[in-house]
Amino acid sequence: MKMLSILEKLGETKFDFSETKTRRESLFSISKSGKTLLTAALPIGIIAAVGTDAKASPAGIASTSSTNATVIDVLNFALTLEYLESQYYNLGTSSGVILAGDVAVFNQIKQHENDHVAFLQSTITQLGGTPVNSPIFDFTAGGAFNPFVIYGDFLALAQAFEDTGVRAYKGQAGNLISNDGVLTAALQIHSVEARHASEVRRIRTKNGFDTSKGWITGNSRGTLPAPTQAVYDGEQNVTQGGVNVTTITSVGSGSIQEAFDEPLTDVQVLAIANLFIV
Amino acid sequence: MKNEQEKSPGIMAQPIGRLSFLKYSGAALAATGLLVAGCKKDDDDPNAGSVDLGSGDTGILNYAYALEQLEAAFYIAVMDSPYAGMTQEEAQILGDLKQHEIAHRDFFKAAIGSAAIPSLEVDFSSIDFNSRASVLGTAKAFEDLGVAAYNGAGKLIADANYLLLAGKIVSVEARHAAAIRDLLNPGSADFAGNDVVDTNGLDGAKTPAQVLAIAGTYIKTTIDASHLPA
Repeated sequence: MKMLSILEKLGETKFDFSETKTRRESLFSISKSGKTLLTAALPIGIIAAVGTDAKASPAGIASTSSTNATVIDVLNFALTLEYLESQYYNLGTSSGVILAGDVAVFNQIKQHENDHVAFLQSTITQLGGTPVNSPIFDFTAGGAFNPFVIYGDFLALAQAFEDTGVRAYKGQAGNLISNDGVLTAALQIHSVEARHASEVRRIRTKNGFDTSKGWITGNSRGTLPAPTQAVYDGEQNVTQGGVNVTTITSVGSGSIQEAFDEPLTDVQVLAIANLFIV
Repeated sequence: MKNEQEKSPGIMAQPIGRLSFLKYSGAALAATGLLVAGCKKDDDDPNAGSVDLGSGDTGILNYAYALEQLEAAFYIAVMDSPYAGMTQEEAQILGDLKQHEIAHRDFFKAAIGSAAIPSLEVDFSSIDFNSRASVLGTAKAFEDLGVAAYNGAGKLIADANYLLLAGKIVSVEARHAAAIRDLLNPGSADFAGNDVVDTNGLDGAKTPAQVLAIAGTYIKTTIDASHLPA
């Protein structure tokens, strides 16, 4: 995975949310679209890191620099997402927006996301890479959300971030297959994000914002705003490893959809994250 | 075995009086006894309570299939006789988990095909299905174990497609684990508690040997994991 090629691909991507009506629902098309938005939003640090990886690698690991560079790119991609999550929960837990009964949950999530940032930075450095700097985030997405004042907004974005995080790590596992240690660690983060996602989804239901379960049924975003649909597209898949699971079990298709989470590509994930990057 | 059967028509072709019938019965019983003994000696272990997971990616898939069999059997038993006072929310969650684990089990059986291990015999004698604490405590243990098993097995998989498949399932197991843990201690940090997530924010990862040592309590069938990748 090369971030520069991602940048090029992103520049070609067309976003069309013309069907959306309200300002809140049109956040994905606010003021910018296509290349302008995406170029502006991609963290400069990622570009810088990719540009220096190969040259900066010590001669001793030159023979594996290609593989190593791929692993470092993936880790910097993950680090960017963890910056987003950690800063979101750092701000959220100090804002007073979280109901008293849910504070323990979000303090735990905050701790994990901060731990992930530190762990990824350390791992990237150990591999001879340079951790990217954090982008500057706008968690209102240009004024569409008010997560640190309105609890429903806070929970909605938390769910979108966690479900996206699960899909993002899943989508990168194959790119880490050359490095057992990093692959295992990435899987260990992946399942923590899934625990978070399950908990946040159920908290939204407990507080009356949705009827979502801990797992994702079909491609349903529940009561989340329309632009978050990209977080759930593809989750309705029932064909696994070439097997149409509906044909080999008595279990219904809804449960089959719930039983398998689906990946997102780096491009798909960055398109979602970019909404919150200044 | 085939030789004995081929002899039978000859014997049966003889007219059978009462006396000779008795004699024949005795001979047949004796032959059957020999045959059973012969099977035990000649074949490695058909129906003898031991299965070999196999090697390579197939072995890892069989390993996952074994764990999914265990989980599915557990939740089927749970929902067959719900504990007293099971709330609507608990019934919905445990019922969903039953469906998910059956889907996982059936998927692996189909995907592995002829190389799939047979159905395992489970042993739930240590679980009190009438007790909420016992059922949810076991569910928590199974889900956490499943998460750690898949996390630990990822690096043993050679084919990236199978790695992705494992990834698709492990996050669902983690979602389960969080929900069960929250039922046991609502609103607490336990859904991703410090007993399973370390100070780097990493979930558990266990080797097949570690996992099977724990799962073995609940599985009568002896599982040979000695050919799995390490």
